[in-house]
Amino acid sequence: MALEASRRVATEAPTVRWAAIALMGAFLLLFLLMPLIGVFVEAFRRGVPAYLDAIRDPEAIAAIRLTVTVALISVPLNVVFGVAAAWAITKFDFPGKSLLTTLIDLPFSISPVIAGLVYVLLYGAGSLLGPWLRLHGIEVIFAVPGIVLATIFVTLPFVARELIPLMEAQGKTEEIAALSLGASGWQTFWKVTLPNIRWALLYGVLLCNARAMGEFGAVSVVSGHIRGQTNTTPLYVEILYNEYNFAAAFAVASILALLALVTLAAKTLLEWRYGHGLARRNGH
Amino acid sequence: MAAKGLRLRTPKRSIIPGFSLSLGFTIAYLGLIVLIPLGALVLKSAGLGWQEFWQLALDERTLSALRLSFVTALAAALVNVVFGVLTAWVLVRYDFPGRRIVDALIDLPFALPTAVAGIALTTLYAGNGWIGSLLGEAGIRVSFTPLGIVVALVFVSLPFVVRTVQPVMEEIDRELEEAAASLGASRWQTITRVILPSLLPATLTGFSLAFARSVGEYGSVIFIAGNIPYVSEIAPLLIVIRLEEFQYEAATAVAVLILVISFLALLAINLLQAWGRRRLGFGA
Repeated sequence: MALEASRRVATEAPTVRWAAIALMGAFLLLFLLMPLIGVFVEAFRRGVPAYLDAIRDPEAIAAIRLTVTVALISVPLNVVFGVAAAWAITKFDFPGKSLLTTLIDLPFSISPVIAGLVYVLLYGAGSLLGPWLRLHGIEVIFAVPGIVLATIFVTLPFVARELIPLMEAQGKTEEIAALSLGASGWQTFWKVTLPNIRWALLYGVLLCNARAMGEFGAVSVVSGHIRGQTNTTPLYVEILYNEYNFAAAFAVASILALLALVTLAAKTLLEWRYGHGLARRNGH
Repeated sequence: MAAKGLRLRTPKRSIIPGFSLSLGFTIAYLGLIVLIPLGALVLKSAGLGWQEFWQLALDERTLSALRLSFVTALAAALVNVVFGVLTAWVLVRYDFPGRRIVDALIDLPFALPTAVAGIALTTLYAGNGWIGSLLGEAGIRVSFTPLGIVVALVFVSLPFVVRTVQPVMEEIDRELEEAAASLGASRWQTITRVILPSLLPATLTGFSLAFARSVGEYGSVIFIAGNIPYVSEIAPLLIVIRLEEFQYEAATAVAVLILVISFLALLAINLLQAWGRRRLGFGA
């Protein structure tokens, strides 16, 4: 009884509660749900055959293939980087540690367009390296290597920032125990550390992959938009849209939206089932 | 005592292996992907010299693009402060059908590629779109105006405030509210005087994350903005336009201005937060 009464003073009247829920619902409906539903409605506006034609177009397939290729290169590299950075930062003490942690987060606070720009300034035609690269026939800007580099830049922090807080919280006693029992360094990593961090690692990979496949600004600056060659899926969506080919644009966009939904579902499942194996998060 | 302190400070050789390997790889990777390319930007802007830099910076079109970017980012971050706190409140405190799905959906803007969000919002808020046509009858135009930019930025930065405030709300001690109520505070007084102040630091963090993300956002904005110079042309787009004109110096100047102004704005927010902590004794 007493508990019930105290709970009652620490909450709001039912009318206020439902008004707050309704207000939040309206906000999320206008800004989240309707855009999401809109993608699929627009994608099927011309019917299923037109949808299938749009996503089976050779240019669409080339764009999807390039997007998958770029993600297959950049995500594993950022996984290796994330694990190495988290190992160095959480298992050892060294001067400049907090600076290093700040630098790892830097790509999140830089506009994707600026991320693309810095690569153009470094490898582009008018740059210091430009003439040398041209002499040796190496194309970076307006070619696939530039797209990969820009994607790695914008997705660099994802894995590291999932692992660092978790490994910090887990400490190093388990590793020290394994090593003092005679395990080698690699054995300790594969058999002790990796099982402890696998869910957080998977979580980081999911977010990293979603961003790698969806990146637009940075890739747009370095790609040069050569159809069938340097058009990633998001860039192809832009081209179709700007050509007023709305149904096809939304059809291809629906594949990316589906990827986002699968990512969200997998991420939520990880949080529900293995929440204890993930770092406490705020922001993203 | 002194000897003990000294021993703690001298780096003890850890038995965990891989320090040089992991730290070396981390620094090399970070250097190649982030630091050297950013160095190219610094080098390029230093090569401009003060006079040329200011000439480019004070260009009317540059100034109006920067003003638009920062004002719309501020507006979007403020909208997200209001609705972000409301959403976090409702998700933590109230039970309603579909709560967990709504909670999972909050992260959609992190997972959905910005270009997809951009074309979906444009279609929705265009004069003949589902929402745009309703607003049109009320005489409000959204697409191709600064208001449209705010709509896109609200979408992309929506999760930040929710996700920073939510964990803090979960930790709030209910007994504090019960104490306030038993001392005769009305529910409204308890909310405004007890709960909201304790959410302020997290809200400010969420605000600055949303603001920083919005300033640099490109993909979701360029479709709905219409990109009319002096009216709805954002600063990141101006970088892309200057690059397409091969005016690398002008592009660099805009990028440096975005970075410097964002840095100063975030510094101001951090100082405000530090001041608040000292002055009012809030936790971080």
